[in-house]
Amino acid sequence: MHSLWRFLTRRRSGEKTDWTDWVIYAYLILGLFLMLAPVLWMANSSFKSVGNLAEWPPTVLPMVSETVVVAGYEAPLPLYDVTTDTGTKRLAQVRKIGLKAQMIDPDNPEAAKISVNVTDITPVRYMQFGLGNYRTLIAESGQYLGRNLYNSIFITTVATIITLIMNSMAAFALSKYQFRGRNTALLAILATLMIPVTVVLVPVFLIISEMGLTNNSWGIILPVVATPTGVFLLRQYMLTIPDELLEAARMDHASEWRIYWRIILPLATPALAVVGIFSIISRWNEFLLPLLVLNKAEARTLQLALAGYQTETGIRYDQLLAMTTLTALPLAIAFIFLQRYITTGIASTGIK
Amino acid sequence: MQRRDNFARFIGAMIALPARAVEPFFAGLQRLIGVKKMPWVFLLPNLAAVVLFSLTPVFINIFYSVTGSDNLYPGERPYVGNANYATLLDCGNYFDPSTCSRDLFWRAIGNTIIFVPLQVVFMIGVALLTAICLNRDIRARGFFRGIFFFPTMLSPVVVALIWKWILQGNGILNFMLAPFGGGKTEWLVDPSMAFFWSIFITIWAHMGFYAIILLAGLQSIPSDVYEAAKMDRASPWRVFRRITLPLLKPVLFVVLILAIIRSVQTFDELYILTGGGPGSATMLIVQYIYETGFAASPRNFGLAAAASLMLGAVVLAFTMIQLQVSRKARDNA
Repeated sequence: MHSLWRFLTRRRSGEKTDWTDWVIYAYLILGLFLMLAPVLWMANSSFKSVGNLAEWPPTVLPMVSETVVVAGYEAPLPLYDVTTDTGTKRLAQVRKIGLKAQMIDPDNPEAAKISVNVTDITPVRYMQFGLGNYRTLIAESGQYLGRNLYNSIFITTVATIITLIMNSMAAFALSKYQFRGRNTALLAILATLMIPVTVVLVPVFLIISEMGLTNNSWGIILPVVATPTGVFLLRQYMLTIPDELLEAARMDHASEWRIYWRIILPLATPALAVVGIFSIISRWNEFLLPLLVLNKAEARTLQLALAGYQTETGIRYDQLLAMTTLTALPLAIAFIFLQRYITTGIASTGIK
Repeated sequence: MQRRDNFARFIGAMIALPARAVEPFFAGLQRLIGVKKMPWVFLLPNLAAVVLFSLTPVFINIFYSVTGSDNLYPGERPYVGNANYATLLDCGNYFDPSTCSRDLFWRAIGNTIIFVPLQVVFMIGVALLTAICLNRDIRARGFFRGIFFFPTMLSPVVVALIWKWILQGNGILNFMLAPFGGGKTEWLVDPSMAFFWSIFITIWAHMGFYAIILLAGLQSIPSDVYEAAKMDRASPWRVFRRITLPLLKPVLFVVLILAIIRSVQTFDELYILTGGGPGSATMLIVQYIYETGFAASPRNFGLAAAASLMLGAVVLAFTMIQLQVSRKARDNA
């Protein structure tokens, strides 16, 4: 016991734990709860049945009522614990009329029905993580859900690949060549830092519709494909690659394109990975631009479809929670594997 | 480490395959135009995208802001001079939006002016506190860092829906507050409550990002400064005031400006969470632009363009400050 305590309070520097450490642990554990609990609560709720979701007070875990098939009744009847003067009996409820419930003994269906006060009965329930909401979601959203998922994956993948190629090509030109107009080009690219898409919504929409790309995934991919931060980060990284490597390759009559993809790209993979991860996150989560450009149900992304769920038929929390969980899942899984990489990427570049 | 390298290699391989396929084309091009012009070939795709989707739109935006009608096509829009700006600025009393001809615009501006400072100050405050805690020599530091960062990965739609589910009348928050005498409060129906939760939720969703940058800033402070302070038996508060804060100031400032630029553009979360409501209590400027230019009927592109140019001026000003400061910080380093 003592050694366990020593293990838990041990610090890397070997110093003793003092009271400030306990304050910090308290803060971190509060933070752990605040940051994680809402997400877990949503995921947990998505496994509850429709009735269980509407309940007050809410149950912590997904609960379902135990039912029993009684001879003479088509549907299974819910089981209740009934408190009577003689003790507690487990009976099935046939129907509820006002404040009275008609109960029947499942072991003895021939006997007369018993009428009891609803205040004297408590449902017999057990915990179950049900997939019912996911089944309704898939059944009711028809072909569109698959279509939306496909659109999201298509946009995220294609946009990220194009971003990586375009940005690395530009970064290569801006870091490894001396030519007139280089600084102007760099400035033009960096100037777009000051022009986020929210500032030029109307013209971007005009250009997309002039290109005939409304309700088309390419209308989402193209407008933000050249990210200034991506070019900047890759250029900074490529500046550290020694020029001698390029000279040696030129001696061997390698073409400039060959130098780019055989020498520069492999050496810049760490920077490429950072740019790639950020592109994936921002593309998967993108909302405003798709909201403008994609109106047809079959053209929408997953995020738009999810947002559309709450307006069309009021809020159907059962399907909404299932869909929210599904939408958050890919990035949550990716995060578990790439966490360290993402956080160091942000720390070293300050981009997102 | 191993896994990280494999991932990077995979990304590399993904790009390398088609690169080999187009090699003959680029080699031929190089023979045709010479090595000197090759950098422009590499720059071309990126510059084309930048010009088409960022630089040209600024000028088209200016054009839209001085033309009228609900027609999207520039050729069919009559010149109206500064009428759009005049409409937006037409106000009896700037402190009372209901006297303005576009009262929603002024309400959105008013909300943004209150929202941005509150959100940014509290967010950076919490982020700094978190970064300081994470910078300590504690167990499971990587785990805690990941947890605080996790919500920034979630999409705005998911964030808004998670909290909507928590804040609804039958929700878990009311259940947790029940012992303290709370009822089934609909948290997003009361204007000031909705505004509070808008700030809270946007902080919840973005705080981790700034905490990570601040943490990197804290870690770059050399440890011998702290050693020296320990020799002098300086109190923790004094160490924070005299060492941590001054040395962190450049990073803190960059983070602050970055947060302001992002905060001014807040749209996604609030659009889903409250839709700008109740009434117009949580409507910020980007939502006004969206509603005026795209959701309203008839769509008023001129007003939307004029309003977005004003937003653009604010973003521009803060970006300029940021570039200036980060250059100065780099020169000093």
